Amino acid sequence: MSVAEPLLQFEGVRKTYDAVEVLRGVDLAVAPHEVVCLIGASGCGKSTLLKCANLIEPVSEGRIVFAGQEITAPDVNIDKIRRDIGIVFQAYNLFPHMSVLANVTLAPRKVLKLSEADARERARELLARFGLADKAEEYPDRLSGGQQQRAAIVRALAMQPKLMLLDEITSALDPELVGEVLAVVRELAKSGMTMILSTHEMGFARQIADRVCFMSEGVILEQGPPDQIFTAPQQERTTHFLQRVIEAGRAADFARTDV
Amino acid sequence: MADTVPTTAAGASSRRRGSTRRNTIISIVSTVVFFALLVLLVALSPGAEKFVDAFFSLSGFNDSFSSVVAGFWLNVKLMLIAEAIVLVFALAIAVVRSLPGPVMAPLRLVALIYTDVFRGIPLILVVFIVGLGVPGLQLAFISEQSIFTYGVVSLVLVYSAYVAEVYRAGIDSVHRSQSDGARSLGLSQGQSMRYVVLPQAIRRVLPPLLNDFIGLQKDTALIGLLGLVEVARAAEQYASSTFNFTGYTMAALLFVAVTIPLARVTDWLIARDRRRMRASGG
Repeated sequence: MSVAEPLLQFEGVRKTYDAVEVLRGVDLAVAPHEVVCLIGASGCGKSTLLKCANLIEPVSEGRIVFAGQEITAPDVNIDKIRRDIGIVFQAYNLFPHMSVLANVTLAPRKVLKLSEADARERARELLARFGLADKAEEYPDRLSGGQQQRAAIVRALAMQPKLMLLDEITSALDPELVGEVLAVVRELAKSGMTMILSTHEMGFARQIADRVCFMSEGVILEQGPPDQIFTAPQQERTTHFLQRVIEAGRAADFARTDV
Repeated sequence: MADTVPTTAAGASSRRRGSTRRNTIISIVSTVVFFALLVLLVALSPGAEKFVDAFFSLSGFNDSFSSVVAGFWLNVKLMLIAEAIVLVFALAIAVVRSLPGPVMAPLRLVALIYTDVFRGIPLILVVFIVGLGVPGLQLAFISEQSIFTYGVVSLVLVYSAYVAEVYRAGIDSVHRSQSDGARSLGLSQGQSMRYVVLPQAIRRVLPPLLNDFIGLQKDTALIGLLGLVEVARAAEQYASSTFNFTGYTMAALLFVAVTIPLARVTDWLIARDRRRMRASGG
C-alpha cells in the first residue's frame, strides 16, 4: 500500500478566510483503498480540509493532486473532478423537494447522462444495499436522521466516486442513530473505498482507520496508525485532546446509564 | 376517525366534538351578525336608496352586462399574456442577479439598474411613456404596434421588476448547503440552479408571486388610459351615458371572481406540497 501512488495528495495547502488562516500548510497523501480519519477539536480545520479536497472551498495556497492531476490548477474542469470525489456533509444536504430516489438519480442522469431507467436501477441497488429500499419514494423530511444520512451516502455513491469524503457525518444525529450510519461506513471501508473522514467518534476512528491524523490549529500535528495515536501519542497536544475527549465520553456514558 | 378512538378516550373525544360544534355555531352566528350590521348601516344611511339605485340597480346590471364583460375579456387577455411573459422574464433577471463571478458583473449591473428604475416609476407613467412615446418615435415595426401590445409591454416592464425581486428573495432563501450539495455531485452552476435551487425558491415565493399577479390583474385597468376599452373604461362609458354606476360594481365583481379562485388554487398547491414533503407527524 505504501508503494502505490497516492490517490489524493495535499501539498502545503493553506486556506484563509478574510484574515483568519484556517489551514496553515497541510501535507497529506492518501493511498488507494486507505481510510484516513481526521480528528481534532472543533475549528481545527478538519471540515475545511475536506471541503478544499472537493473544491467547494478554493485553496489559498498550495496544491491538491488527485489521481495524478493537479485539481487546484486554474484551468481544471471542477465539475468533472467532482464526479470522482463524493462528499457527505454533517447536515446531509439532501434536496427536500425530491424523493430519495430522485435525489440519488439526479446527478447520474444529468452529469453522467445515464438513462432514467439505468439511473433508477443503480439507485435501487444501492438503496437496497444500505437498507433503504422501501424509502425510495419518500421525501427526505419524512425519514429519520440516520436514514437521511444513509440516503446522502447513497447519493454520493451513485456517482461511483474513487474517493469519499465524510465530514462529521454523525455529528447531527441522535446517539441511537449513530450506529446505523457507522455500519454503512464500515461496509464501505470493507469494499475497498478510499475515504477521508473527520469524526468525533474516537472508538469508531480507532476501529476503522488505517491512519489517524490529529489536526490542531490548521496543521496535521501528528499522524500514524490508530493504535499508536490513541495509546502512545507523541505530541502533548494530542495527549491533551484525547484526554478531554475520553473524559467527555465518560461523562456522557455516565449520564446515559444513569437515566 | 372516531371509530378508531379507544373506548377509554370516548368521553374525551365526545367532549372535543361538542366543543368543535359549539365553535362552529359561534363563528356562524358572529359572521351573520357582523354582515347584518354592515347591511343595516348602509340601509339606514340617509342616501341609502339613491346609493343602492346607483350601484346595484338590476336594470343597470342587465344593460351594462355585455359591454362590461366584453371589456373585462380584454383585461383577462392583457393579464394572461403579461403574466406569462413576466414569469419568464423576471426569472431571467433574478437568475442574472444571482450569478457569481466578476465576468458577470456588467450583466448583474444591468439587471440591478433595470429593477431599480422600473420599481421606482409609477405604472401610470410607464403606460404613458410607452403607449404615447414609443409610437411618437416613428420607428418601423416598434412604433407600429397596437395599444394592446404597448399595454402588455408596460405591464411586463413594471411587474417584471417586482417579480424579479420576489424570485431573488426566494433564491437567496435557499441555503448555500443545497447548491454545495448539488455542485459536489458534479452538477454545473446552471444545473444546480435549475434542478435544486429554483424549484425550492419558487415554492417558497408562491404566495408573494400571487400577490403581485393580483396586483397586475387590477392594474390592467390602467391600460384604459391609452384608449383601450377595457373593463373600467366600458363601465365609465356606461356610467356617463346613463348616470348609473352599476357598471363599476359589475367590473369589481368580475375582478374578485377571478382573484378568489386563484388565491384558493395557490393555497391548495402550497398545502399539497407541504403534505407531500413534510413529516407526516404520525
